[in-house]
Amino acid sequence: MSEEAKSPSSQPPEGEPKPTADKPSVPGGVKATTSGSVQSEPKASAEKSVSAEKPASPAPAPVPPKPAAAPPKAAVPTPIPWDSPMIAKFKSTYGSGIEPLTYAGQNYMVVDRLMIPDILQILRNEEQFDYCVDITAVHYPKREKQFDVVWVLYSYSRNERIRVKTQILDGESIPSSVPIWAAANWLEREVFDMFGIKFDGHPDMKRILLPEGWKGYPLRKDYGILQQDNEWVQINLGIESGQ
Amino acid sequence: MTDSNTLSHLDLETPEKPFLDANELVINMGPQHPATHGVLRVILRLDGEKVLGLECVIGYLHRGVEKIGEHRTYTMFNPYVDRMDYVAAVSNGLGYCETVEKLLHVEAPPRAQYVRVILTELNRLASHQLWLGTHALDIGAITPLFYTFRDREEILKIYEKYCGARLTTHAFRIGGLQYETYNGFEREVKNFLSFFRPKIDEYEELLTTNRIWVERTKNVGIISAKDCIALGVTGPVLRASGVKWDLRKAQPYANYKNFDFDIPTCQNGDTYDRYLVRMAEMRQSVRIIEQAVEGLPEGPVMAKVPKVMKPPAGEIYHSIEAPKGELGYFIVSDGSTQPYRVRVRPPSFVNLQALDLMCRGQLVADVIAVIGTLDIVLGEVDR
Repeated sequence: MSEEAKSPSSQPPEGEPKPTADKPSVPGGVKATTSGSVQSEPKASAEKSVSAEKPASPAPAPVPPKPAAAPPKAAVPTPIPWDSPMIAKFKSTYGSGIEPLTYAGQNYMVVDRLMIPDILQILRNEEQFDYCVDITAVHYPKREKQFDVVWVLYSYSRNERIRVKTQILDGESIPSSVPIWAAANWLEREVFDMFGIKFDGHPDMKRILLPEGWKGYPLRKDYGILQQDNEWVQINLGIESGQ
Repeated sequence: MTDSNTLSHLDLETPEKPFLDANELVINMGPQHPATHGVLRVILRLDGEKVLGLECVIGYLHRGVEKIGEHRTYTMFNPYVDRMDYVAAVSNGLGYCETVEKLLHVEAPPRAQYVRVILTELNRLASHQLWLGTHALDIGAITPLFYTFRDREEILKIYEKYCGARLTTHAFRIGGLQYETYNGFEREVKNFLSFFRPKIDEYEELLTTNRIWVERTKNVGIISAKDCIALGVTGPVLRASGVKWDLRKAQPYANYKNFDFDIPTCQNGDTYDRYLVRMAEMRQSVRIIEQAVEGLPEGPVMAKVPKVMKPPAGEIYHSIEAPKGELGYFIVSDGSTQPYRVRVRPPSFVNLQALDLMCRGQLVADVIAVIGTLDIVLGEVDR
């Protein structure tokens, strides 16, 4: 017990005296330039196109913000390529399957769905990303691959935080990372509860915040903000509606 | 640490042979149980008095905060975040405002940063006081509750004078503060500090060497540093297991890098150590507030932010050290006035996952102590 407790305690102080070493792997303060525009363009336009499909936002018309936003504020950053020794290693193994990017000083990589188990395992075992901060998803109903699944990872020894992102189809499952990080258990259950994304090999894949038997996945964009599972409400609460 | 990533004693099917040849008993605790600090339901699997395992059933307070966030503008969503961890509302607001500021690429002016630190650290004190009072009450010590609530009142008075609210304060705005501090703010905060410093000693006199307290908390709910990291546990629970990690130092936000303070840690990872760590943290918070009041600069309290906020499309994850652990916000902007996605990474939700591991092999009465020591707020667990 006490040996266990001591071993990790020696690691974090390394990062601690130099708090500015937030993202040590970013090569010297890269400012937003056009250098990354080739890679970032498809992603940015994909995100902009969905701005029009918010159900309850009549105000923001689908005016392309690109010409309006770019000239007055030259410093509006777009994702730029992220390069580090770790990325170079990944690139040599996985090639075009990963796209490493930096936005506002935060590093993330967009990874092909098929490489996810390998990449997460390597990040945990070889790159010391031992703390799984968060797992979540984002729904883009207009896209063919409707969901972004996002892992936020942190390494105590490197004092570095990264995000791993992948795109999956509606109804497609994804391997569970509970064997890699025990913390993933409830986080994956919440993603399942809110988005209906199944994680293969999860020890207990069921709803966590909503009651079992509830129909629908509330954080999908096609689920209305006032919508409920009225059948469930009527049977279990004995009232006509929860509104 | 890298070779094995299974938990040290979670992989056992049945942790110990039954002491008596008794049938396994499944009992239900909660959701309306005074010692679960909200509406938490715990299904306990028992062998007599001994806990073999448990399952948490949560979601009773689920209000769909993340969904609401997608249907409100950035400004309108700000008060909602206070309702998650309602005993540390100011911390929630700080995390949210800083995340949106990062999306907007603005920074709050220095004076606002200092006031934010003062109010957030006062909030940490208030949160720890509430934890101490209720935790001690759960274990059977009634007196600390009256002491801590008496002193917490002074913090709430400062909040009330500053922004009119006591609990869900909505103290910060995106870009800084809405209100300049009131006349005599600095004096009152200083007065509070000199009033409060001896009170920490008073709490410690009541508990630290109290025989009953020590017996009820020592070696109860032990969790190792390795298990903490595997389960994503953060905050005082992690530090009591010997990991010297605090986001205020590791990845400083606001202007915490200007202040001199220590990260208290302990080694055993039991309930008593977590108590010691939180007590020491209160003293550190007092130190930080003291420095912040001394160095409070003059100047504006609000940065230039547009009235209609339309952050450029992008994604930001930003987290702060809330009183309970790492509180993160992951916000996706699509360039419109409303967030495309707001994800809240609540410390209580992730920390509560460790309850099963910490309670195995303990007595039923200790489950109460462990729930108390995890310092969860169900409003934040369920969102």
